[in-house]
Amino acid sequence: MRVVGKPLPKVDAAAKVTGRALYADDIALPRTLHCKILRSPHPHARILSIDTSAAKRIPGVLAVITGLDLPIKFGILPVTQDERALEHEKVRYVGDPIAAVAATEEEIAAAACDAIAVEYEVLEPVMSIEAALQTPKDERIQDYGGPNNVHKFVALEFGDVDAGFSRADHVREDVFFFQGNTHLPMEQHSAIATYVDGKVTLWSSTQVVHYVHRALSKVLELPMNRIRVIGAAHGGGFGGKTDPFAHEIIVCKLSMITGRPVKCTLTREEVFYAHRGRHPVLMWVRTGVTRDGRITAMHFRSALDGGAYGSYGVASTFYTGALQTVTYDIPAYRFEGCRVFTNKPPCGPKRGHGTPQPRFALELHLEKIAHDIGLDPVELKRRNFVQPNTRTVNWLRVTSCGLEECTDRVIDASRFHDRERRPGHGMGFAISSYLSGAGTAIYWNDMPHSEVQIKVDRGGVTAYCGAMEIGQGSDSVLATIVAEELGLQPSDIRLVTADTDTTPIDLGSYSSRVTFMAGNAALEAARKMRALLVEAVEASGRGFDDVTFEEASVLAEARFGTLTTAGSYTPPKIAGPYKGSGVGPSPAYSYSACVVDVDADARTGLIRVNKVWIAHDVGRAINPLLVEGQVEGSVYMGLGEALMEEQAFRKGLHKWPSMLEYKSPTFLDMPEVETFIVETIDPEGPYGAKEAGQGPLLPVPPAVCAAVHDALGVWIDEIPVTPEKVIEALRRKEKGEPPRYGPQRFPPIPYPPTIKVEPPPKDAAITAI
Amino acid sequence: MYANAVFTLSNKDVNQLHREALRDVERVVLTLDVNGEARQLLVPSHKTLLEVLREDMQLTGTKHGCELGECGTCTVLIDGKPQLSCLLLPIQLQGRAITTIEGMANGSDLHPLQVAFAELGAAQCGYCTPGILLAARSLLEENPRPARDEIREALAGNLCRCTGYTKILQAVELAADRLR
Ligand code: FES
Ligand code: FES
Repeated sequence: MRVVGKPLPKVDAAAKVTGRALYADDIALPRTLHCKILRSPHPHARILSIDTSAAKRIPGVLAVITGLDLPIKFGILPVTQDERALEHEKVRYVGDPIAAVAATEEEIAAAACDAIAVEYEVLEPVMSIEAALQTPKDERIQDYGGPNNVHKFVALEFGDVDAGFSRADHVREDVFFFQGNTHLPMEQHSAIATYVDGKVTLWSSTQVVHYVHRALSKVLELPMNRIRVIGAAHGGGFGGKTDPFAHEIIVCKLSMITGRPVKCTLTREEVFYAHRGRHPVLMWVRTGVTRDGRITAMHFRSALDGGAYGSYGVASTFYTGALQTVTYDIPAYRFEGCRVFTNKPPCGPKRGHGTPQPRFALELHLEKIAHDIGLDPVELKRRNFVQPNTRTVNWLRVTSCGLEECTDRVIDASRFHDRERRPGHGMGFAISSYLSGAGTAIYWNDMPHSEVQIKVDRGGVTAYCGAMEIGQGSDSVLATIVAEELGLQPSDIRLVTADTDTTPIDLGSYSSRVTFMAGNAALEAARKMRALLVEAVEASGRGFDDVTFEEASVLAEARFGTLTTAGSYTPPKIAGPYKGSGVGPSPAYSYSACVVDVDADARTGLIRVNKVWIAHDVGRAINPLLVEGQVEGSVYMGLGEALMEEQAFRKGLHKWPSMLEYKSPTFLDMPEVETFIVETIDPEGPYGAKEAGQGPLLPVPPAVCAAVHDALGVWIDEIPVTPEKVIEALRRKEKGEPPRYGPQRFPPIPYPPTIKVEPPPKDAAITAI
Repeated sequence: MYANAVFTLSNKDVNQLHREALRDVERVVLTLDVNGEARQLLVPSHKTLLEVLREDMQLTGTKHGCELGECGTCTVLIDGKPQLSCLLLPIQLQGRAITTIEGMANGSDLHPLQVAFAELGAAQCGYCTPGILLAARSLLEENPRPARDEIREALAGNLCRCTGYTKILQAVELAADRLR
């Protein structure tokens, strides 16, 4: 291959290193108005009245709107349409939007927000999972779900779990907690809208123009053909810009009212309230193993603190139980999940969506089992690795799988088994897996998940796709695939992406789906175009390789007229035959293995990460430079989550909605990372490629905890691993108590009876069901 | 604290709000030297350099992540030294040389740091990139052969959420090699 597999610069690199890329807040249209949003100061309250009359009288204020102007509810999942762009009945977290102002100056808009009088009836806030399970003092946060503040239950059982436990020689139970954290993109969310001739155009820093398009159509009551959504240059998402947001709807409405462009850029504090980040999850896991370490059965329970609204929460809940089986062969598996509403900013998808928390619990739990039965943890895990081309007990189809090779690479490179033994030094190992795009769409439909068009004329090649470049390199992947097929360089391909007027639909940059799905669509479109060019050249009596691309395109244009081709990708129907089987299936899974080397100071509790080795099975690296970048970025974010990042609350308020107090790793905190790219050439990925952007985050937190145990002999069963927790665990160890810091118990949760699902037959076909 | 009570959030005197919003903002005439060009401006004296660059001079290459001095995204060079433009008032900067990302390339020729960042994939979303490039340029002008820890130290005030910093460190080293 000529360009696939080469470490070429990103196609948008020049725009990014010169400051020329236009992010949403950089876009200034003539007569643009500034928008500010009034937000709730209370975590839970009924709104008795909103008086905007004084605000409207302030000169320079052109419009003030409340929930009465945007009463229709929306939400990312069809089953949880529970949000309003502005609330006029009830607020559910500090930061919930209530009113919005468009004014000629930002200061005037802010003063107008101050002039809006809101009367509240303050309600008792619900701030923890335990509290959400109790009868509310005043009233429930949402009027659906239940009992109490429960949002969603899941209870599934695959195979005979009780029989599995009775076969076990050793059974162990553990409880873990993963604190919530947030994406913290460097770019604050921003959106700017215009309204001309009955048509709204919105530029936004979103990860999914299509979902914003759908939400706008619903709430603004405009047909989709009257709305255009364009993805501006994107300053970082990590899942945090995947929901449709209130400010996106608000600027459209305000521009419809005022007839002028309206822009809203969230302050950093508001970004913490927009959130949709990592769910805090409490987990209980029980596993049975034989004497030689083979898993006989597993029972996993999760309780997710969802915040005030649904967001992606139903999917997140399923994800806390779905992928355990994709790394380990678990013959019988019971999963009970529960998401609750609390009076906090809503949680949603963050890099790894719902799976880093159970991955942390599972890896550490198996580590402890290995210690119990006197087996090397790496060996215990290896004995249970899934095999390629199998189906898991919960019907997930595993095809290419580089788990063994990933493990070999990091274990060998780190000399894990010959590690230096000195006080306070330790190493930890963990593995993981992630989807290359969800196998089912968020809203039910039979249409493709990604579509690409290609146009060729005497002026060159243009590719059109709804996919959104968010820094991960989606534009470069598209250009590379088209260039490879047409015999060009990626820089020769013009791209039009993420614009609902001009590009065919792609479901967006989330769920690690772009390379696999948009990549396959691009491959199909490019191969069709190549066939046209070849046919025209051969008809002229020459060979495709004997003419220049320009000559070929002129011959083809003369022969066929306008040259356009299209390709699309629809994932195979591989979900199992049970309700809830839509979360978990993916056309391919990536695999990662990781070793972390730490020095832990028993006096201060400080953990210093010396080095991380990580191997990632990406199927095929379409651009190894970008794959490494995704892996390194994932390791960085995993270390931040493992050691410092937490979205925590005190008395209904976010403890630290600022970048200074919300700790994230700096240049000084980041250790050396040695990355190994493992290629397994997936049978269905474009050129064999799978995902790279999320999976490598997952093994990092449990590997850190395993390394801390190796160093100090204490278990930290709660993320993040802060110095106080280490010190407390050491204190307990010294006093002869269990040498551990973490949750003491898992609360009694009234899960419904489990739905029993027959596992797939042993010889189940791995092709579509 | 959360007993059922009725609160009114805002009792601010509306007339006072009128006055605040309409208050006669003091405007000053300034001459700023930005990227070697002298520019005369009439700006409210309380506006930050970040705002003046982006809103009054259309130099939108300078980004913002917090506007509170916490993230380094808005870094520009003042007389060659990195400073946070969200914390500076232009009124203090007359006669000083201000360099933004737009002034980093020489015409269409990119600075070796820009080339290295592009080649090594050191810019993913690119939002932190202008600030980091300028801070790195200042470092290399002072210390043409920085050790890796010296680069870390010099860039520690600039957060990046995408790259994990590794490729940025490699790119600064590559540019330093080429600049020698
Ligand atoms: S914008 Fe964050 S430091 Fe200036
Ligand atoms: S490249 Fe995205 S924040 Fe640095």
